[in-house]
Amino acid sequence: MTIPAVPIPILSFIVFTPLVGALLLLLIPRHQKDAARAFAAAVSGFTLLLALWAFVAYDRSAGGYQFVERMSWLPQLGIHYYVGVDGVSLPLVLLSALVLFTGVLVSWNIEDRPHELFAFMLLLASGIMGVFVARNLVLLFFFYEIAIFPKYFLIAIWGSTRKEYAAMKLVLYTLVGSIIALVGALALYFVSPVRTFDMDVLRELAARGAFARTVEVFGQAVRFDYLWFLPVFLGFAVTAGLWPFHNWVPDGHSAAPTAGSMFLAGVVMKVGAYSALRVGIELMPGGAVYWLPVVVFLAVVAALYSAAISLVQEDLKYVIAFSSIGHMAFVTIGFAAMNVTGLTGAVLQMFSHGVMAAILFAVVGMVYDQAHTRYLAHLGGFARVMPLATLGFILGGLVAMGMPGFSGFVAEFQVFAGIWAARETAWWYPWVVILAAPSIALSAAYILRALQATFFGDLDLKRYPHVRDVTALDKVAIVTLAVWFVLIGVFPRVMTDLIQTGVEPIASLLQGAMVASLR
Amino acid sequence: MELSWGAHLWSVLPEIVLVLATAGIMAVDAWLPEGRKRELGYWAIGGLGVALGVTVVQAAQLAVGVAAPYEAFGGSVRADLAAMLFRVIFILSGILTVAISMDFRPLRQSGEYYVLLMASILGMGLMGAAVNLVTLYLALETVGIALYLLAGYLRDTPRSAEAGLKYFLFGVFSSTVMLYGLALLYGFTGEIAYARIAQVLPELPAPVVTAALLLVLVGFGFKVSAVPFHFWTPDVYEGAPTPVTAFISVASKSAGFALLIRAMMEAFPTAQASWVALMAALAFVTMTVGNLLAIPQRNLKRLLAYSSIAQAGYILIGVAAASPLGIAASIFYLGIYTLTNIAAFAVAVIMTNVTGSEEIRDLAGLSRRSPGLALAMLAALLSLGGIPPLVGFFAKLFVFAAAIESGLLWLAIAGVLNAMVAFYYYITVARAMYVDRSPEEGKPVPIPRPSHFTLWFTVAGVLLLTVLVYPLYRLAQMAAQAF
Repeated sequence: MTIPAVPIPILSFIVFTPLVGALLLLLIPRHQKDAARAFAAAVSGFTLLLALWAFVAYDRSAGGYQFVERMSWLPQLGIHYYVGVDGVSLPLVLLSALVLFTGVLVSWNIEDRPHELFAFMLLLASGIMGVFVARNLVLLFFFYEIAIFPKYFLIAIWGSTRKEYAAMKLVLYTLVGSIIALVGALALYFVSPVRTFDMDVLRELAARGAFARTVEVFGQAVRFDYLWFLPVFLGFAVTAGLWPFHNWVPDGHSAAPTAGSMFLAGVVMKVGAYSALRVGIELMPGGAVYWLPVVVFLAVVAALYSAAISLVQEDLKYVIAFSSIGHMAFVTIGFAAMNVTGLTGAVLQMFSHGVMAAILFAVVGMVYDQAHTRYLAHLGGFARVMPLATLGFILGGLVAMGMPGFSGFVAEFQVFAGIWAARETAWWYPWVVILAAPSIALSAAYILRALQATFFGDLDLKRYPHVRDVTALDKVAIVTLAVWFVLIGVFPRVMTDLIQTGVEPIASLLQGAMVASLR
Repeated sequence: MELSWGAHLWSVLPEIVLVLATAGIMAVDAWLPEGRKRELGYWAIGGLGVALGVTVVQAAQLAVGVAAPYEAFGGSVRADLAAMLFRVIFILSGILTVAISMDFRPLRQSGEYYVLLMASILGMGLMGAAVNLVTLYLALETVGIALYLLAGYLRDTPRSAEAGLKYFLFGVFSSTVMLYGLALLYGFTGEIAYARIAQVLPELPAPVVTAALLLVLVGFGFKVSAVPFHFWTPDVYEGAPTPVTAFISVASKSAGFALLIRAMMEAFPTAQASWVALMAALAFVTMTVGNLLAIPQRNLKRLLAYSSIAQAGYILIGVAAASPLGIAASIFYLGIYTLTNIAAFAVAVIMTNVTGSEEIRDLAGLSRRSPGLALAMLAALLSLGGIPPLVGFFAKLFVFAAAIESGLLWLAIAGVLNAMVAFYYYITVARAMYVDRSPEEGKPVPIPRPSHFTLWFTVAGVLLLTVLVYPLYRLAQMAAQAF
């Protein structure tokens, strides 16, 4: 089903352009700050163009993995440089490139060591996009870990409030999760009848039930996939901010600089969810069928809890930070539906929330740059001075509340429809819908509250005498992101058709495992 | 089969070159006028370079099969790929150490320094090749005596003198205990060659074998600074001249592992069940204690000392796995660790030259002061922590994989949790460089040219070997097949 490799290794270009750019950036003389900014913008813009090209050039009627590249790396251990994109990973690659480009634009005015700032951002983007294209488990972990340490520096150097605490907390949380998942992946390798980390082969084996066999651990006989699904899935879910492993999210998102928050909420959380899908669900479908109906409870708690707690935050950035936990919970609920509708909704929610979080954090950063405070009680009336940024926030907010006509509605509706369609799976599935739905109403409440307090009402001219509109670059960033909400809201098939080609094999894998478990 | 003289000499050719080079250094030392003693470093690098070239050629011959492994001098040393690869590690770390020693103020005027360094490399080469108890002990002591003197080289500095004395006392004590174990082995088996001992061992009563094993392990444990034989490590690392610390932390540790791996695999293969459990326990305790004690350190050299204890723990995981993958993983890890740790110490040497201090807080503002130097240190720290895209990631991946393959799942889990603890304190050093501010940050840090070489070489290695990981792993694997 794989398509012959295209002559240009486009995925390698997408992944390594930022990495090489980061290294070259450090060679630009220290005092030439504008040169560094322009170079970072050029590199990220080029990456975005490549990602857009891949998005357009992907053959949707053929589906499957495309733009495949394969090179020998450690052949004896079954480790290859093997990359490709399908309908699930391609939207996320595009999302990462969008957030990278707009993140560079909104960081233009940072004066403290812009060389290093952009180098760490590019490195982070490189790691993130590497995870999305990797088709070899070791390669996936390789990129996953690359995407951890730049976050520490982005937050600890350029962040605000309790930045070092938040940075260390975030890094340790995600690191623990990823190394637990890594042990699971190694266990998978040694239990597999074929010693390889090639995810195509492993998925093939998983489909035939190779990981449903019984193994002996500490003297107990247990099914391998029952044992290892949970550590691997939850290990990655830490990065996706799943309750009760979400604790790093509010601190990390709030302490990070604007571009850092855009990255964290926009794409880093998707890296966790994506890896949980690819490694946890796809390689151990038996374990997924066994555990996901239980894990869905965590997601329901996350959705309600985050929406409720967002409602009472005094700090504008914490409102958005907590809300991202809830939106990511819908991704997990979509996974738990284990059918095409639910999975499509989950992946679309990843893309939609990524763009939405990026735009909301970008606007929050713009407000903070002018007001030097994020306390809702001190803000107000900013719509008058920064109309476009306000529009961006409103659009992002409408997506967050799941308003029909925007991408969030398309995604969340499919998640609920998927769960409803899967109500045979467990008697409590209809209750998942009933319990999680109120969180959408709550999200409307907190978005409207934040919107009202920040942008409407009277502008306190005594407190903010010098407030100006956002810069032209900021406007470019807002427009670049906002276009996608409307596009997907009005023409959902731009994304859903693509995503469906990617999730169909996963859904059939899960259906197969379900049938096998009933036998 | 009777060996020709040529074959005998071929087996220790690197050592012969080293002896000649050492003699050459002494002659040059006598001939160079007082003001030009710094140039001795270039001569030493030249001599070591020739030895390295010879060793690489020999290793290549063994690797492609032009030459076959054999034992020479009546079963004293073996010429095989493992012995040659370990020699490459020792000589390379010698060259890199000399390059950072040349401009280290207290050291640079002396010929004896280089002579002692080369004598210890000579002993290490024999440690890696030794296949009987007598060679083992002689080689160990050659290295030990040279290193005791080097650790206490700065006689006028009390801390260095203390380090030398401490190292000496601990060293002598542990090698005496080990000697008792060797005597026990010889007394019960009547043999000194590993292979023959291995044949007789199954007939001995189990308590004797266990006692001999434990006593011998004291000596090895001291060399690799495994817990609970690690007490000398922080003090000696702190007190010794920093380039010597760098050398002890990589070359001496690798030599200890060379000895350990060969002795365990060749002399005690029949007692594997008991030493695997022992190694696993040792690995667990070593990495855990090393990592936990590294957290509160404020002195960079002490932090790196505890980190090097912890690294010994990870390497022991590969030994405990006792499989071809495990041994290959340990050898691979040693090679990578050598490059990485020297990079970290090179930065420490340069900073000590400038600030006169070894405190972590004096790295503050380094990323503004000298971005390149900060980046080199960051690369070294992340590689030690096993974070990609640096090659340390693969070193850790291999040892953990080997543990899981051999059924030591608990050890692999303990290992990854330890890696997380380690990441915490490595990042605190990085934090000082990148986040903290300092009034000195306007002054650039001068980097002498030889140190530049060490930095570039090690950092480029740590980065590029990620791409070229396969050839290196393959070499380690071929070397592991010798056992």
